[in-house]
Order: sequence, then structure tokens, then C-alpha cells
Amino acid sequence: MNSTVVANEANYLKYRGKFKGLPGWIFSTDHKRIGLLYLYSMAAMFSVGVLLGLAMKLELLAPGKTIMDAQAYNATFTVHGVIMIFMVVVPGLPAVFGNFLLPIMIGAKDVAFPKLNLLSWWFYVAGVFLVLSALLFGSGTPDTGWTFYAPYSFKTGTNLLPAIFGAFILGFSSILTGLNFLVTIHRMRCPGMKWTKLPLFVWTLYGTAWIQLLATPVVGITLVLVALERMFGVGVFDPALGGDPILYQHLFWIYSHPAVYIMILPAMGAISEIIPTFAQKHIFGYKAIIASTMAIAFVGYLVWGHHMFTAGMSGTAQYYFSLLTFIVAIPSAIKVFNWISTMYKGSINIQTPFYWAASFIFVFMVGGLSGLVLGALATNIHLHDTAFVVAHFHYIVFGGTGFAFFAAVHYWFPKIFGRMYDKAWANIGWLVFFIGFLTLYSPMFYLGMMGMPRRYYDYLEQFHGGNILSTFGSWILATGFIIIIVNLVRSARSGPKAEMNPWKGKTLEWTVPSPPPVENFDEIPVIGADDGPYNYK
Amino acid sequence: MEQEKHVVHDHYDAEASKIGMWLFIFTELLLFGVLFVIYAVYRYLNHDAFHLAAEELDTFIGAVNTIILLISSMTIAMATTALQKKNKMLTIVLAGITLVLGFVFLVNKYFEWGAKFDHGIFPGSVHLTEALSQGEILFFGLYFIMTGLHALHIIIGLVLIAVVMWKVHKGKVHAERAALLENSGLYWHLVDIIWIFLFPLFYLIH
Amino acid sequence: MENEKHHIVPYRVYILVLIGLLALTFLSIAITEIELGSLSVAGALVFASVKSYFVLKYFMHLKYDKPYIVTMVLFVFAIFVVTIIVTFLDYLFR
Repeated sequence: MNSTVVANEANYLKYRGKFKGLPGWIFSTDHKRIGLLYLYSMAAMFSVGVLLGLAMKLELLAPGKTIMDAQAYNATFTVHGVIMIFMVVVPGLPAVFGNFLLPIMIGAKDVAFPKLNLLSWWFYVAGVFLVLSALLFGSGTPDTGWTFYAPYSFKTGTNLLPAIFGAFILGFSSILTGLNFLVTIHRMRCPGMKWTKLPLFVWTLYGTAWIQLLATPVVGITLVLVALERMFGVGVFDPALGGDPILYQHLFWIYSHPAVYIMILPAMGAISEIIPTFAQKHIFGYKAIIASTMAIAFVGYLVWGHHMFTAGMSGTAQYYFSLLTFIVAIPSAIKVFNWISTMYKGSINIQTPFYWAASFIFVFMVGGLSGLVLGALATNIHLHDTAFVVAHFHYIVFGGTGFAFFAAVHYWFPKIFGRMYDKAWANIGWLVFFIGFLTLYSPMFYLGMMGMPRRYYDYLEQFHGGNILSTFGSWILATGFIIIIVNLVRSARSGPKAEMNPWKGKTLEWTVPSPPPVENFDEIPVIGADDGPYNYK
Repeated sequence: MEQEKHVVHDHYDAEASKIGMWLFIFTELLLFGVLFVIYAVYRYLNHDAFHLAAEELDTFIGAVNTIILLISSMTIAMATTALQKKNKMLTIVLAGITLVLGFVFLVNKYFEWGAKFDHGIFPGSVHLTEALSQGEILFFGLYFIMTGLHALHIIIGLVLIAVVMWKVHKGKVHAERAALLENSGLYWHLVDIIWIFLFPLFYLIH
Repeated sequence: MENEKHHIVPYRVYILVLIGLLALTFLSIAITEIELGSLSVAGALVFASVKSYFVLKYFMHLKYDKPYIVTMVLFVFAIFVVTIIVTFLDYLFR
């Protein structure tokens, strides 16, 4: 039943409709093409963010000014954060893999609102250009940090308005994607695809979509208020006029904490797909993973103040937020337990996606445990605004979402491009990347505990050794990244043709040709009572 | 090689469109909700100043605007009934009344704000920053932001309704394909609900 | 996918709801004459909530819609209320 020969003429990569060439892509409402548009634009922005990160590490190679002064360093970490957060990890897996796979996984031909989907990507592009314009025109690159804290954000002379509006537009992109996915999952599941038969990746997209929908407007209006403060001096966050800067922090983190669950939930969903496939075993605790996904999505709304323990909140608020922060860790721990239990007595197929998934579990756990250290009030006072925090969130976000993204790329690559990558080079790339990652970020835990502040371009001599090690790690990481990218790009163009189901997965995307035809299915599938996404027996 | 299997499917799913509009409404609720949170915090912290500042607002105009929006909500809801009963003329008339009422609301707002500006009350004004207390500054800052953002949404709603009227006239929106009218109505009701909360919180503090 | 037959709401229902809303509006203005002190905010919010309830249930059709839509509305409302409460854990106890 090799349909790849026929499929090549009708597959989504080669299809030529009303528009041909580049317009055929940037005006396409095909969810698969939109997923790839996101992949390419996000890869480009990620590369820019990586270069900025490397520049920061180079500056930190030695105390004092190495390659840039304080103002330039402030601008660098600001843009690094804005790019990585708003243009890479928040769109993240949903924009790429959600768009590509969601309809196929539920047996649909596309999402509920294909034109809105394209508009989402266009908003993404517009937001990117607006933010980048803040660097190129006007009175200087924003230097507030990606967090835009008041009152500096309305006092800084740098070019903040384009960056704010860019972030605002990027928010629209996120909201529309979430809206689209919610309606798609509610309305377009194929016959027999009950909620309890959905792949876990779909469940995480569902939970994430609610967060995208409900949390993003909060940061949207908050950023608008900063803009209004800059333009008209309304006083909402200005202490001179009666405003409270801490209120800004509340509003900012009411979005930005749930945002980290936008980042991590789909990542966990991808891992929940990969592990059963490479253990050839039913996921352990399918319903528990669903429940913990929804629990994380909901409880994640209640913990935002743990970013603000030293800001000046009441003691009551501090106790409350610390308690809830510990509680929200529990569902994540349940997931880790379930993934490991899935592997136990499974038939492990050690391939590149599995390496990424296994290392994900490790770095995610380290990052998560360091989060508990930060979530405890007493230790937080010592560690807030130190390099420890930087290590924590890079372990969790880069290690979590980043590793899961690479895992997902290597898992679904044959389906998306119809070709297989060089597995030896993929594994080498993974190993180099992993070693680089650990070398880059582990010293930061120690440096932070010893008192090195974050967001400073300079530091005391006693922190020099750790910083050298860390910067060295950034070069190893970058090398690994290059190996991975070169391998993937070459293989997408001229790798060996991939079969329909190279990993023997059980979800619907493995039943359609690689690459899939334009409308995914010739006939909408019907899910039988005994069918299931992880029925490996 | 061309593959012209591009068949135009009529993907009309009224329920999907309805959920889509509700989800969008949720984002608007959170958007305005945050402004209400800010209001709540600053009112709690500046109780007396808010009372003082609110006396500058004209309860009568606020009440008239409330009544206007409530009636317009009824008329746009009735328009859906008219469409389902296949009464095209009545549908357009009712939507038209909604449009007119919404426009009157905006005119009232224009005069209201104009009066404030004449008294030197606007964000960043000398009078505001020098003569008034911090609580009063915050009150007016929030007043202009929230009623301004609300007015912007009224304008969007009016554009939507005008588009719907045109499509009803052209026969593109009809009893079997009513989603655009129904969902525009939903949007309009949202704008009404926001004002239902704005009115007492700004105009009825005594 | 077939669409359910849309329940047609009679005009009369909408007119009655409007009358109720107008009555509540006048009442809410009238009680401002009474000195309620710290309860005045609560009073205003109660009236606004009741009015919104009727707009949601009748004008916005929730009375006639499938239950899951009502669930969503309640859920979003709950998130919002929780957010205010948690924010006030800071301001009330400073």
C-alpha cells in the first residue's frame, strides 16, 4: 500500500493552485503550509536570538567591558528576550506542529477558519517587523528588558513604542491561533474521535489554546497602557500621579506566567507522543496526563506573583503565591512519572527523537526543581535577579520547550518533508547540543547562589571562572545547533524518501502519505471503538 | 504539474462560527476586565478622591446612553428573529435602528468629552496634574481610557452591523445562513454589557 | 454536518427583557440617593450583574444554546473573579 508515488503529484509541498511559487505559500490557507511558514520564520528569528545570546555570553567572558558597554548590553538582553519569548517559544510548537498536525490527528481536512489561520501568520510577520524596526529607527534600541517594567518603560528615551506595538500584534497572532484550534477541536473531530480518544498532543493544544485566548489580552491591554502612559501621561502606573508600578508587574505577570504554560504544555504533549512510539507501548496513565494538563493550565493562572516576591507585595500575597507555586509543580511531576512508567518494560527503539525526549525529561526536571527553590520565599530573596533565575528559566524554557521542539522536528520530519534525515549526524548534533547546553547553563546556578546579579554587563572577579565555562558552553551549543540545522536542511532537500510510518506510531498522521496530500485524507477516517492513539498491543 | 482537485466546499458551520465569536468575546471580556481590575485597585486605594472626581460626570447623559444601548441591544436581537421569520425588510429596519442608536451614543460621548476638555480635564493636562489630587487624576485617566476603548468598540460594532445590513440586502445573509447577523449581535451585546458595568462604576458613585 | 433547527425567539420576549433592564437601570440610579457607604459598590455591581445576566441569557441566546457554551462563559467569568481576588490579596493586606 505504498501511496507515496501517487502522493508526490498531489502532496501539499508540490501542489500548485491559484498562486504559484512564493505567493502560493504566503497566500496559502493550507494549514500544513502555514505550519512551515511559521517554522521558517521562527527558525530565522531564533537564529537572531541565538546570535544576540552569543554576543551576551561573549561580553560576559571577562569582567568589565569586553565587546560592548552597559547600554548596548541592556539593549541586547532586551531584544534577545523579546525575540525568544514573543517570536519563538510562545508561538512555539502550536504554531508549527499544531498547525501542521492538529487537523490530521483529529481526522479533519483543515482547521475551522483557514483564512484566519493565514492572518495569524501575517500578524506574526507584522509584529516581527515592528519590533525589528525599533532597533533600526528612532532613538535607540529598547533597554527595559522584555518585561517592560514601569516606571522605566514610560521614562526610557529609547524607542519603545514600535516594540510595544509589535508585541501587541504578536499577541493577536497568538490569540487567533488559540481561537482557531479551540473551534477546530470542538467541531471538526472525525466520526468516532471522542475526547477520550484524542492524542495527548491534541489535548495539550486544547489546554494551551485556552491560555492563549484568555491570558494574552491581559498583556495586550497592559502594553497599550504603557504606550498611553508614554504618550499622554495618564498616571496608571506612574507613582508621581498616584499610580502603582507594582500593579504593572501584577498585570504583566498575569499573562506572562500562564505564557510559560503556553510554552511547555504542547512541549509535554509532543513528548507524550514520542515516548509511547519509541517504547512501542501504551502511554501510562492517559487520563491522568489529561487531568494534569488541564490542572496545569488552570492552576498556572494563580501563581504569577512568584515573579514579584521582592517587589513589595503584602505578606499574605507572598505566602499565597508561594503555596500555589508548589502546588502547580505536582501535575508536572505526575507527567514525568507517567513518561518514565511508559518506558518501563517497553520495547525501546533508540532513535534521535527518543534522545531528545529523554534529555528533555532530565533538563525539565532540573529546571523544575530549581523553580521550587525560587518558589520558596526565603531562598527567593537571596536568588531573585541573580544568574540562578537565568539558569532556571533557560533549563525550563530552552531545555523544556526547546528540546521538545527539536524532538518534535526529528519525530515528524519524515511526515512533513517526505524524507528522512541522516540519523548519525542527527545524533551527533543532539549530543554536542546537549553537552553545550549543560556547560552553558549549569555554572549559572552556582554563580547565582554566590551572588552574581543578572542583566549586568559586568561582574566581580570571583565570578570569572564560572563565566568562562559558561561562555565556552555557548560555543559548543552553537556548534551543535549548526550541525542539527545543516543536517535537517540538506535532508529536507535531498534525503532518502521516507515511508508512511517509519516509527510505527499509532496516531492518524502516520496513516496518511509522507508528505501528506493537500486535503490530508481521501476519505475522512472513522475511529472504531477499539481504536486508540496508543493501542500498541 | 497541476492538480485541479480544488473543489469549492461550502464549509458553513453555524455552530463553529458562534463558538468562534464567543471565544473572541472572551478575549474582550478579559481585555476590559483588566481595566476593571485596575479601577477596583485604585478605587480601593483612593476612595474619597474617586467620589469627588465622579461628581464631575453628568449622570443624566450616562443614563441616557445606558438606555440607548439597552434599546439597541433589543433591536439587534429582534433583527435575528426577523431574519429567521424571513422578514428581510424588518431585519434591515431593526439593524438600522441599532446603527442609529449606536451613532447617537457616540455623539453623546463626543459632547461629554468635549465638555471635559473645555474644563481642562484630559490626560496629561496642566489642570489635571497640578490642581487635582492623585486619586482624581487616576479616576479621569481610567475614565478616558475605558470609555474611549469602549467607544472604539462601538465603532467596530457599527461597522459590523452596517456590513451585515448590506449583506442582508444582497441576500447573502438569510434565514439559512444567519451566522453573520447572529454573531454581530453577540458582539453588540458584549459592548452593551461593558457599558452596563461602566455606567454605575463611573457615574453612580455618590 | 446538519445544523439544528434554530429556535426562534419571539419579539415579545425581547421587549419584556428590555422593560426589565430599563426598570433595573432606574432602580440602580434611585438607590444612589440612599447612603449605603461601603456597600454602594456592592449594590452597583449587583444591579450590573443582574442586568448582564438577562442580556446573556436572552439577548445573547444562552438560554437556548447548548450547555457547553454556558459552561465556557461561567469558566471565563470564574477566571476573572479569581484574578481580582488574588490581586486583592496584595492590596488588602499591605
